[in-house]
Formats: sequence, C-alpha cells, structure tokens
Amino acid sequence: MLDDFMTRATLAGIGVAIAAAPLGCFVVWRRMAYFGDATAHAAILGVALSLAFQTSIFIGTVAIALVMATTVTLLSGRGYAMDTILGVLAHSSLAFGLVAVSFLSGVRIDLMAYLFGDILAVSRVDLAVIWGGAIVVVGLIAWRWSALLTSTLNEELAFAAGLNPRREQLILTLSLAITVAVAIKVVGVLLIAAMLIIPAAAARGLSRTPEAMAVIAAVIGVFSAVVGLRGAYVFDTPAGPSIVCVAAVLFALFGVLGSARGSKSI
Amino acid sequence: MSLIEVENLSIQYNKKTVLSHVDLKVDPGEIVTIVGPNGSGKTSLFKAILGSIETSAGHVQKMPGLRIGYVPQKLHIDPTLPITVERFLRLNGQVDRSACRAALEAAGVPDLLKQQMSRLSGGQFQRVLLARALIDRPDILLLDEATQGLDQAGSASFYRQIENVRNETGCAILMISHELHVVMSASDRVVCLNGHVCCAGTPAVVASAPEYRALFGTGTGGALALYRHDHDHQHDHDHDHDHDHPHPANEVAH
Repeated sequence: MLDDFMTRATLAGIGVAIAAAPLGCFVVWRRMAYFGDATAHAAILGVALSLAFQTSIFIGTVAIALVMATTVTLLSGRGYAMDTILGVLAHSSLAFGLVAVSFLSGVRIDLMAYLFGDILAVSRVDLAVIWGGAIVVVGLIAWRWSALLTSTLNEELAFAAGLNPRREQLILTLSLAITVAVAIKVVGVLLIAAMLIIPAAAARGLSRTPEAMAVIAAVIGVFSAVVGLRGAYVFDTPAGPSIVCVAAVLFALFGVLGSARGSKSI
Repeated sequence: MSLIEVENLSIQYNKKTVLSHVDLKVDPGEIVTIVGPNGSGKTSLFKAILGSIETSAGHVQKMPGLRIGYVPQKLHIDPTLPITVERFLRLNGQVDRSACRAALEAAGVPDLLKQQMSRLSGGQFQRVLLARALIDRPDILLLDEATQGLDQAGSASFYRQIENVRNETGCAILMISHELHVVMSASDRVVCLNGHVCCAGTPAVVASAPEYRALFGTGTGGALALYRHDHDHQHDHDHDHDHDHPHPANEVAH
C-alpha cells in the first residue's frame, strides 16, 4: 500500500493536518499567527545548518525553531511591538537561511522543495517522522489541554488554579517547533502557518466549545489535504499550495455560513 | 492560622518600586478590603499573592492546601475562542453539571449554562466569573475591582451576593475596591495602600486616619457617617437622594 507515492503523500498530509489542528486553535486564540510564521520561516535556516553539519533536517529545524521562540520571548517587552519583533526575526531568518544555503557548495539542494514542500516525494522514513511528530504534538496538547486553555484565557486565573502559564507556553512552543519540522516536507516553510491558521479559523463559526473547534479544524484540515492532493494530481498543480487553496475556500464558505447563522441568533 | 500572610513584601517593576514593606494578613471568614489611588500597587499585591510576579523582598505565605477563588478585574476572551458558560465553569476539571448550576445560582445568574460567554452582558459576565471562582469551594476569594463596569445598582447587588457567599460558606474575602462607601459598610478590615500600607484597621479607624484623609479627602468622612448611620440605626438607605454622585467627596453633603 505504501508503495504508491499518492498514498504516502495523502497519509503525510493527513498527519500534518491532525497535528496542526489543535495547535492551530491555540495559535489563533492566543494571537500567535505571526509567531507561527516566524518560527516556520526560521526553519529554512535550520535546513541549511542541518545540511552543512550533515545532521537530520528534523533535528536542525526543531532546534532552530526553539532558538527562534526563545529569542522572541527574550526580545519582547523591550520597547518594540510584538509584530515588529516578529517581522524582523521572520524575514531576517528567512534571508539568512537562503544565504546560508547558497554557501553550501557541493550539495545541490532543491530550494523550492523546502519553500513550498515536496509532498509527492515523501518516503516511508519521512512518513514515520511525520506521524511520530504528529502523535507527540497531539499527545502533548491533549495532556495539557485544560491547563493550556486556562492559561490562554487569563494568566492570573491560571496562577490561582495552581498552574504555571509559562510552562504551558513552553509546551506550545515545543509543539510548534515539532509541527514546523514535520510540515516542511508537506507544505514548505512558506505555507506552514496556513495549515495552522486556516483550518482553525474556518472551524470557528461552526463551534460552540474549544474542543469542538479543535475537532472540526482537524476534519477541515484532513479534508483539505485529501481533496487538495487529488486536485493537484488531476489538474497538475503544485501539491502544497493546492491543499492550502482548498482550506482557504472552506474558510470562505464556512465564514459566510457562520456569520449568516450568527446574525440570526443574536 | 491565617489563610494568607504577607510579610515585609516589596516589589520592583522595571526598576521602579511598586510596593515596599507591605504586611497583610487574612484570617478565615474575614472580609478585608484594599483601597488606594491608581498606581498604588493594589493589583501588584494581588499578583504577588497569586504568584504571577516576582517579589524583590519579603514573602507571601499561604496556608498549605489553600484554595483560592480569583475574580479578575477584567477578563478578555478572544472572539475567536468559542466557549459556553458551562465549559468555562468546568475549566478546572472535576465539576459536574449540578455543581455548575449551584455555582451559577449562588452567583445570582441561574439559567446561563448554555450561553456563549461572548453573548453575556457585563453584569452577567462578572457573575459568571464569580461562579467560576466559587465552584471549587475556595477558602478565600480574591476580587480585583470585580464590579468595574457595573452600574451602581448592579455593583450593590454584586456586593450583597459576596456577603451572602461569606455568610453561607464562611469563605474569607480579600478585595480591591474603589467604591468607598461600599467598602466602609461591608468590610471587617480596610487596608489603605499607596506603595506602602498607609493605615489599616476597622473601617472607622481607617476613615479617621490622617493618611487616609490625605489620599481621599475629608469628603469621605461622609461615607463613614453613612456607614455609622446605616449600622447604628438600621435605616433603609434605598431612597434615592443624591447617591448617584460619581465622587465620594460629594457625600459630604450628608
């Protein structure tokens, strides 16, 4: 079954969609969209470093994503607005990454594959990494779900309940780093944030509870992956962007539906 | 043993001293109110008690196993986060539906269980926050200007609810409040804060302290008169002579 490249691609897409859905909800609720983008863009630097030091790309990108997250935390509250810090870091790390890649003489790498993903070239090993990462991310978030939710609502409320919001933030950062690392192959660094945000945003209008939103986001993400890949095959379009396009269309559709329903029930 | 004991607490924020040498103690069943002008460190003191900011000196001691119910000044729920009142009450886990109902009842807003938090009015929202704080059967309630944004009738009935809660459950209450005449009539002890503890004691003692008068003006003597009046003669004070003055100083007219 895994011999067929389309089967492997579809399974890879589903894995990323499932990991990205609950995490994406927190990214949306906590207004971390830019943070997700910055972490994803920094991953290209991770790719360059892993190729230079000949380590696994997964480890390189996770490490750089964590460094990125720490840097953002250290720089915040020093007189720059958060979106400025993230804008500076996201684009400069992308630029440094691209420059670093160009120094790697002797290694011919397909830059486009990392920028936009190369889901059709997913190997069995890649598949194992993607599903392993997805299971870790979903497991982490499920384990800390209540604590994460309380910290997201209000920090003091979390402290009063005996939780430590900073630890919960760390869990999210770690999950984000892992998700970015496993999603590079599927949608590429430029579109990872889309897989996080769009399914969650599309699910908002259809949900009454946080749990429902996470589940619906997962369904939307999986549907987008399957239909997007099919579309890419049929119309010969790039696979990663096709998946994001399907998700975006669903967002528009449910957005219209949701607001029509919302205005009726007020 | 006291529920909370704050000893010689100092807090610095961005190299500016916010609180210095603050002592505070709350015993079981007590209602203690913190008053003070804006920027006097009231909220920082609360945060130090909750453990969400670092202290630069002194310490906060909580009774082992102390259960704190916290009602924040304001809670912003991002519009992208769908959540019903019931789910919000169940945030801390082990709570069944009847406990949710009971807590809403105790907070004076039954029947909201299925509502979205984003659809609640300001008054309903504050009461749901109170219900959430009550649901774990706390030993102490921390209220940070919990009636902000409520009109006078709304906040008066909110405070009555608080007093009921204390009388029924025996839980202690530590609150920050701006509404001086409510403070004066509903508290066992008042702590007047302005970067340090200016004065503390029963409402009567605090209101006549020169430090308090320097901060709030002599006009608040009127609030105290109202308090004494209320308590000595049991007069019904629901009649509508100029209670709607926004500033306590106007109470001097009494």
